[in-house]
Amino acid sequence: MGVIDLDAFAHEVGVDDPVAVAGLCTRGGGPAGVRTVAAPSGILWVQPDEMIVCCGAGTPVDELVDALAEHGQTVALPAGGTVGGALSVGHSDHRRLGYGPVRDVLLQARYVSATGDVVKAGGPTVKNVSGFDLCRLLVGARGTLGFLGEVILRTRPLPPSSQWMSAPATDPDTVFTRLHRPVSVLWNGTTVWALLEGHPFDVAEQADAAGLAACAGPPPLPQGSRRSVPPAAVVDQRGEFVTEVGVGIVHHAEPWSAPPRSARVLELTRAVKAEFDPTGRLNPGIDV
Amino acid sequence: MTEALAAELRLALSPDRVRTNSTELGLYRRDASNIEGSASVVCFPLTVAEVQAAVLAAARHGVPFVARGAGTGLAGGATPLDGALVIATTKMQRVLSVDAVHRMAWVEPGLLNLDLTREVTALGLHFAPDPSSQQSCSIGGNVANNSGGPHCLADGVTASHVLGVEVVLSDGSVVQLGGEEPEVEGLDLRGAFVGSEGMFGIATKVLVRLTQNAPTVRTMLMDFASVEAGAQTVSAIIAAGMVPAALEMMDQLCVQAVEEYIHAGLPVHAAAVLLVEVAGLPHGLEADVARIVEIGPAHGAGTVRIAQDEAERALLWKGRKTAFGAIARIKPNYYLHDTVVPRRMLPEVLRQVYAIADRYQLLVMNVFHAGDGNLHPLLVFDKREPGVMERVHAAGEAIVRASVAAGGVLSGEHGIGLEKRDFMPLMFEPADLAAQAAMRRAFDPSGLANPFKVLPSPAACGDAQHVPPGAWV
Ligand SMILES: Cc1cc2nc3c(=O)[nH]c(=O)nc-3n(C[C@H](O)[C@H](O)[C@H](O)COP(=O)(O)OP(=O)(O)OC[C@H]3O[C@@H](n4cnc5c(N)ncnc54)[C@H](O)[C@@H]3O)c2cc1C
Ligand SMILES: Cc1cc2nc3c(=O)[nH]c(=O)nc-3n(C[C@H](O)[C@H](O)[C@H](O)COP(=O)(O)OP(=O)(O)OC[C@H]3O[C@@H](n4cnc5c(N)ncnc54)[C@H](O)[C@@H]3O)c2cc1C
Repeated sequence: MGVIDLDAFAHEVGVDDPVAVAGLCTRGGGPAGVRTVAAPSGILWVQPDEMIVCCGAGTPVDELVDALAEHGQTVALPAGGTVGGALSVGHSDHRRLGYGPVRDVLLQARYVSATGDVVKAGGPTVKNVSGFDLCRLLVGARGTLGFLGEVILRTRPLPPSSQWMSAPATDPDTVFTRLHRPVSVLWNGTTVWALLEGHPFDVAEQADAAGLAACAGPPPLPQGSRRSVPPAAVVDQRGEFVTEVGVGIVHHAEPWSAPPRSARVLELTRAVKAEFDPTGRLNPGIDV
Repeated sequence: MTEALAAELRLALSPDRVRTNSTELGLYRRDASNIEGSASVVCFPLTVAEVQAAVLAAARHGVPFVARGAGTGLAGGATPLDGALVIATTKMQRVLSVDAVHRMAWVEPGLLNLDLTREVTALGLHFAPDPSSQQSCSIGGNVANNSGGPHCLADGVTASHVLGVEVVLSDGSVVQLGGEEPEVEGLDLRGAFVGSEGMFGIATKVLVRLTQNAPTVRTMLMDFASVEAGAQTVSAIIAAGMVPAALEMMDQLCVQAVEEYIHAGLPVHAAAVLLVEVAGLPHGLEADVARIVEIGPAHGAGTVRIAQDEAERALLWKGRKTAFGAIARIKPNYYLHDTVVPRRMLPEVLRQVYAIADRYQLLVMNVFHAGDGNLHPLLVFDKREPGVMERVHAAGEAIVRASVAAGGVLSGEHGIGLEKRDFMPLMFEPADLAAQAAMRRAFDPSGLANPFKVLPSPAACGDAQHVPPGAWV
């Protein structure tokens, strides 16, 4: 089991000049033209009977997923990048319906603050309401409030079986409402796909009840934009898209600009940033 | 000053929903904890506009304000300090809209937890967080305390079931945090608000996530000759890759009290009983039941009772849910603690809890969410006994310290409030606390929203310096 030297990471982040943090850069890494640091990586420990794991934020998610699989567990983070990147971007993958959002995964974080201090947020247990929920604020903050160094994450058991199913469908809700806690339901306007997990007999019976047949896997997700809409608006999509039914994420071929956030939300956001990084030295230029 | 504030509120709300007479104020001196304060005025708004008016009036008079739901909090969160204005949500109890297909509902903050579930039962849905107080606590209180319950083991606590919240901030502005859109760019301000114990603003509407009822449910009761064996069974079930819907434990004194109260045929001679509930689709459920009835006896379970019908299931749960009522028959007062420890530390920490109670000559009973290591040691006493309160508090502090020293946390669901405020330095360094204070300032720069809770004052920080070094984790 590794050792994570947070003091060294804090030293690297420093105390006054602009600095960026990058993971595997699958989401572009930090802002360009700024001195860039990388978070420590490595798995510190896995505690399968507590369903938690502790690792450096620089650890690749794929490496973590492999290590957890040896214990029959996994973690609800999108593949491909680093743990810190996945948390800081805060986008769940297509299994959010069943596995929950990325923000529910982070239990404790040790991060380096704008003043170069190592700060702890949250706690090491699955249930914890000791103080304000700073972890929730760090997830999705794109490294603008602090650089994640070491994290404790909630794991989940791997299912006994897992199968993608599909059927033609002009209305995804008829399939969606017949399934009990599917892991994912995707729809592109003409076909519905569902990822069902659990006991193989249950998976088969659920598929029958909803008129689904086994298929190879999910459709490719269009890459033009990832839109966040009310789940009820999923059926109103036009063009080339795949939506996450019951969640409200739309993967669309066309670019999109999100509706503006309210002025008061933006003001609150700026107030948070001003409290955590008054000089704007962390990931400068990234506007959350 | 109080009169001027009250007069302004009477105009903005209505005279009958603004109270200042001392008898009525007395009812709002504290929540369900023993920590008393004093309110100068209590008001009962009906709308977000009235909440705004109340907050603005408090700000104009420089008076702190405290949101109050049902007052069942156990950490002094709703206790008004310094003659605060109490803004009670008890008259804001409507379900505003329900989307049965996408399983969400907008509700007002004063709605009682169980009333929400009742409202959507016919749709095959429920609100997953189920505190033992669910008949009487409000959704607004659940949000502010990020409350949990027996069934949060599999489904997560309140934070996972709140999609959005409309908030009146301390400057009187109204803002919606989160919403129906799942992952809007920007900071998760909704997530930051959940668990803020009334110190970030007042929730005036909540968008809750509703959960599908399980098609099949099985409830089992196992008894053990030792508390350790019960705790080891809990760990073994989780280690086997199962996450039951609920895993609750009661120790002998508690079982005896409950049995005397409800006559459910509970094993009163066992050192501990474990209530295990699994829920889901039938085949997976049967497979889990089969494994659990093997794991239990392999770890020392004497008998395994499986509820044969809904009536028996309800009876077993009644035992768990009426524990507090049953205990009230033994001694008139109880002090309910709430800490979390890693599951594998349950046997060790429970041993310490018994030793601590012994040392302070108190009766302790344990009824708790074993599945997530969430201890609820219940100290029972008669407060008329001279000197007993000092012993109760000293024992409580020892339990909190033992839990944190075992790698646990201060609170699993009741929150920090006033009760555990000065213990925060056991878990957090000054820099960690400063970050939490920064969050608060961003939401409430005026500091008028429920002040003096959660974050220790600098003086209290100094107080914790006598913590033995071994207590730090
Ligand atoms: C095969 C593959 C599949 C993928 N599938 C999905 C998917 O299903 N859903 C999805 O959402 N994404 C998916 N991704 C994208 C990607 O893996 C994630 O979005 C990931 O979150 C980005 O991680 P990264 O390490 O590449 O981050 P980077 O691109 O390096 O950084 C992203 C942002 O996070 C910040 N950041 C990085 N590390 C830290 C840190 N330690 N502390 C604070 N901030 C930090 C950076 O400054 C930057 O702002 C996939 C990628 C691949 C290659
Ligand atoms: C017998 C008993 C059993 C209990 N069991 C459990 C349990 O199993 N799990 C659990 O988690 N808790 C439990 N509790 C504690 C308590 O019921 C919960 O904390 C509950 O969520 C409090 O709700 P309330 O409406 O009574 O809030 P209150 O006590 O009125 O207030 C609690 C806090 O929330 C704030 N608040 C209230 N409404 C709002 C609002 N609209 N906006 C902003 N802030 C607000 C208050 O300022 C205060 O800080 C139990 C309590 C009792 C007495």
